[in-house]
Amino acid sequence: MLSALLALGILAMVIGLILGYAAIRFHVDSDPVVDQVDALLPQTQCGQCGFAGCRPYAEAIAAGAADINQCPPGGEVTIQNLANLLGVDAKPLNPEHGAHQEKTVVVIDEQTCIGCTLCIQACPVDAILGAPKHMHTVIQSECTGCNLCIPPCPVECIHIVPVQTTLRDWSWPLPAEADHA
Amino acid sequence: MPETPPRPLDLSFTQRFRFHGGLHLEVCQEVAAAHPIRPAGIPPQLVLPLAQHIGEPARCLVAVGDPVRRGQCLAEAAGMVSAPVHAPTSGTVVAIEPRPVPHPSGLPSTCIVIDTDGRDTALPAAPATDYTQSDPAELLEQVRAAGIVGLGGAGFPTALKLEHRQPIELLLINGAECEPCIACDDGLMRERPHEVIEGVRMLRHIVQAAACVIAVEDNMPEAEQALRQALVELHEHDIQVVNVPAVYPTGGERQLIKVLTDREVPSQGFPADIGIIVQNVGTAAAAFAAVSRAQPLTSRIVTVAGDGVREACNLEVRIGTPVRHLIAAAGGYGSRIERLLIGGPMMGFTVDSDSVPVIKTTNCILAVTAQSMPAPPPAQPCIRCGKCTEVCPANLLPQQLYWFARAASHDAAQDFGLFDCIECGCCAHVCPSHIPLVQYYRHAKTAIWTQEKQKRASDIARARHEARLARLERIKRERAEQLARKKRALADKEAGDNARKSAIQAALERVQKKKEQAGTRPRNIDNLTAEQRRQIEEVDRRRVNRSSPQDPE
Amino acid sequence: MEFQRFSSPHLPAEHDINLMMRRVLLALLPGVACMTWLFGWGVLVNLALAGGSALLAEAGMLGVRGRPVAPTLQDGSALLTGVLLALAIPPLAPWWIAVTGSAFAIVIAKQLYGGLGYNPFNPAMVGYVVVLVSFPLELTLWPQAWHAPDLATTLSMVFAGKPPAGMAIDAITMATPMDSLRMQIGLGKSLPQLAGNSLFGYLGGTGWEWLNGCYLLGGLWLLRVRVIQWHIPVAMLGALALLAGGFHLLDPARYASPLFHLLTSATMLGAFFIATDPVTACTTPRGRLWYGAGIGILVWIIRTWGGYPDGVAFAVLLMNLSAPTIDYYTRPRVFGHRPGSAE
Repeated sequence: MLSALLALGILAMVIGLILGYAAIRFHVDSDPVVDQVDALLPQTQCGQCGFAGCRPYAEAIAAGAADINQCPPGGEVTIQNLANLLGVDAKPLNPEHGAHQEKTVVVIDEQTCIGCTLCIQACPVDAILGAPKHMHTVIQSECTGCNLCIPPCPVECIHIVPVQTTLRDWSWPLPAEADHA
Repeated sequence: MPETPPRPLDLSFTQRFRFHGGLHLEVCQEVAAAHPIRPAGIPPQLVLPLAQHIGEPARCLVAVGDPVRRGQCLAEAAGMVSAPVHAPTSGTVVAIEPRPVPHPSGLPSTCIVIDTDGRDTALPAAPATDYTQSDPAELLEQVRAAGIVGLGGAGFPTALKLEHRQPIELLLINGAECEPCIACDDGLMRERPHEVIEGVRMLRHIVQAAACVIAVEDNMPEAEQALRQALVELHEHDIQVVNVPAVYPTGGERQLIKVLTDREVPSQGFPADIGIIVQNVGTAAAAFAAVSRAQPLTSRIVTVAGDGVREACNLEVRIGTPVRHLIAAAGGYGSRIERLLIGGPMMGFTVDSDSVPVIKTTNCILAVTAQSMPAPPPAQPCIRCGKCTEVCPANLLPQQLYWFARAASHDAAQDFGLFDCIECGCCAHVCPSHIPLVQYYRHAKTAIWTQEKQKRASDIARARHEARLARLERIKRERAEQLARKKRALADKEAGDNARKSAIQAALERVQKKKEQAGTRPRNIDNLTAEQRRQIEEVDRRRVNRSSPQDPE
Repeated sequence: MEFQRFSSPHLPAEHDINLMMRRVLLALLPGVACMTWLFGWGVLVNLALAGGSALLAEAGMLGVRGRPVAPTLQDGSALLTGVLLALAIPPLAPWWIAVTGSAFAIVIAKQLYGGLGYNPFNPAMVGYVVVLVSFPLELTLWPQAWHAPDLATTLSMVFAGKPPAGMAIDAITMATPMDSLRMQIGLGKSLPQLAGNSLFGYLGGTGWEWLNGCYLLGGLWLLRVRVIQWHIPVAMLGALALLAGGFHLLDPARYASPLFHLLTSATMLGAFFIATDPVTACTTPRGRLWYGAGIGILVWIIRTWGGYPDGVAFAVLLMNLSAPTIDYYTRPRVFGHRPGSAE
């Protein structure tokens, strides 16, 4: 009885030591999970997930404090990518955080803008150009469509417009196959 | 880049090698090239898209209302991978706006619209150049300035393709028009072989190629004969005309190279990487015209065919001519048209209106009825029969690519060679389930490109956001420091004031003490006059008043 | 003028699934005729039963799954599954064998995986194996070649489960030559001793060599009209012949000759009609060679040392399992890529 205990105990200790050594010796340096999760998020910085931007959301996911289905701009694709990365099941987008929509940008109506800089302060990627008492304008190529500039504007001069597809970024649609499966 | 050196070239070109797969297609035998090339005439309005080539669209140089003459540069090349656009005839610019263009999406694109005046006035003739006396770099410039792009269908700026740093062993001229129905190169070689040969000579001079061949399919004997005849007449002994088997898609650049030289262009590389440059016969002729007659690219030969037009023919067409004008020149519609194709029946795309213009890369218009090209039956499930694998010229597994494209498994699709697919359509043609395979691959490719673009955009957005956070942090930090500095300054000042106050106090006390210690009267109060005594008493009175506690300030 | 938009290529397609399935059924006709000549009405009864239940089962499942019924039935794949099953089971087996096997094949082995194109295992073989393992006795009821019972007896056997009054089962049915051979060899007899037995005919056992010859003809026609490719049949028959030949040379008394193996039981039916089922076979050309060879080897092994008389069904199912792995390791070199690199 004693010999059995001893034998198993020593075996466990030896194997534990080997595993510990292997964990250190063969450790693979990879990006921290937070960086990997952040790399998959669309960087809209809109806050619809409930966090103050994509990085805080990534940190929450990595810490297990948030679910992977809270990002409307990312949509299904992002949820699937996060599921693959973290080894969990993909689930549908949580409707509490909004619905997935096609990418839009915003445009400032220059007739109405009063130059108050409130939208500039709100934009998370500094995509609005302007100064106090000077015309504000949105740099369309940098606008992520987060719409955070719209509530602060006191004269409601910011409008959402869909992104126009041009010949350069048109993509072939998936064939509408009569699926017999 | 391949690590092993490419196989040595057999300059006799007697052997033909085979690429995997391919199809024997026997359709459209009513060859348009049987009739001579006719001019299509000048339509009342020309529509010139700014993007007729691979790369950046040209930058417009004219404004609405400007009169233009034939050969005038209307738009300049925007960057290295771009080409200028020239006026095909004289007229007035009436609009610069989005118009329908020949593209599978059906989306419009910015075009210069010219109302023609019918007079076809040209710019004053520039001096013709004898290319044999010119420096290759100069010739390249002329080719570039003339807006010459690959006329075989891709539209890559020719001057860019001819520029190279690697030594070129072989200049291969592609006259192997492998897609059925297209006959524009056939017609060109039959009727203007001298232009072609001169053009080939000039291109060879530019690239300094060691060897030069013109490849013709073996079902174009008249074209081959005409070229050989021209070689004799021009006393040209250093260019060969060789024929290649009429297997689709032998006319594809990579497949043609394989058939003639047994070399394979590396997957992500170009033919120049293995010492070969390929040019279309039409491009060679156009380049020659550009240099020898200072004629920019303003017209090209287009085949109009299909069972929906009355007379299949080859037409000399001004760039920008609407397709309906060409159909009219070909005798008009003969019956109800099911499809209007730009390009051939295997790789061409449909357009929904015949008002789209002919552009530099338009080689064929096919108007077909439902009899010859019925609507495809609904797709059935893939039964993994493997016929697609049998015919793929790139030796891919189209079936696997189909499964991956359908499931949006982009990584797996790329791993299986998605970007090596040349979209020739052989796989979809033989599929017994009628699955539109090529559309799946095109969808997957564009989806991957879109994803990469989105990734780049989101990386930039992240960088901007982090820069903004850093900026706000910095401002906050600077404000905090400033505040701290001010507080310190204030504290210093107070300390300084206090120190001064206590120093004054100490001095006063010292004086007081000294006085008390000395206990002396003032020494100068004897023998005072009455006036002096009165002043002293006044001062004493004042001192008594002042000794009551008051703030000295 | 406005026109419709289509995707390239635009030429009408060369091939069609429905046509291919019909051609396979056509190519089976010589075999069916020969089998009826040899074994009587039971063959036709089985064909009707199995074919009918296959179509019914497919229609039922399509209805349950909400798919279009008529267009799918027209592709002929369900009918083909039923026919192949009917040709594998004994002509005098009870009617519920054909129906059960067929229904199982369609419902479980085909429709539950997603229908045509999605099943990993050959449905006809799954159906056959299920009835073989569940009802081993009924699967031995083969009549003697050229001495098949008449229609009345057949119908009685099939639908009533027993011969008409006055006849004994053993008088009507017997084991196949393959089965008998194994049994006799197991009992210690040697091949030269058995060669004189009328059961074993000239080549593959009386009657069976004719049957295999007919299937071979049908298969060659399929090759000619390019419904199937040569890789799987050639690899399977080649491997079987080589292995059988090798062992036969080693010990002719214990191991049957390659010609016997090639022309007996379900060899030709398997090589040209069952193993070539595209949905469950390998897809790469080299992979198909390995796949066919694997089937040939397994058929020989199961026939010689295995527990069941014919190994084609099990061999096919085992190789179905390995098909994805074989495909993975036999990817062709893509044009423009270096040899040896899969990327």
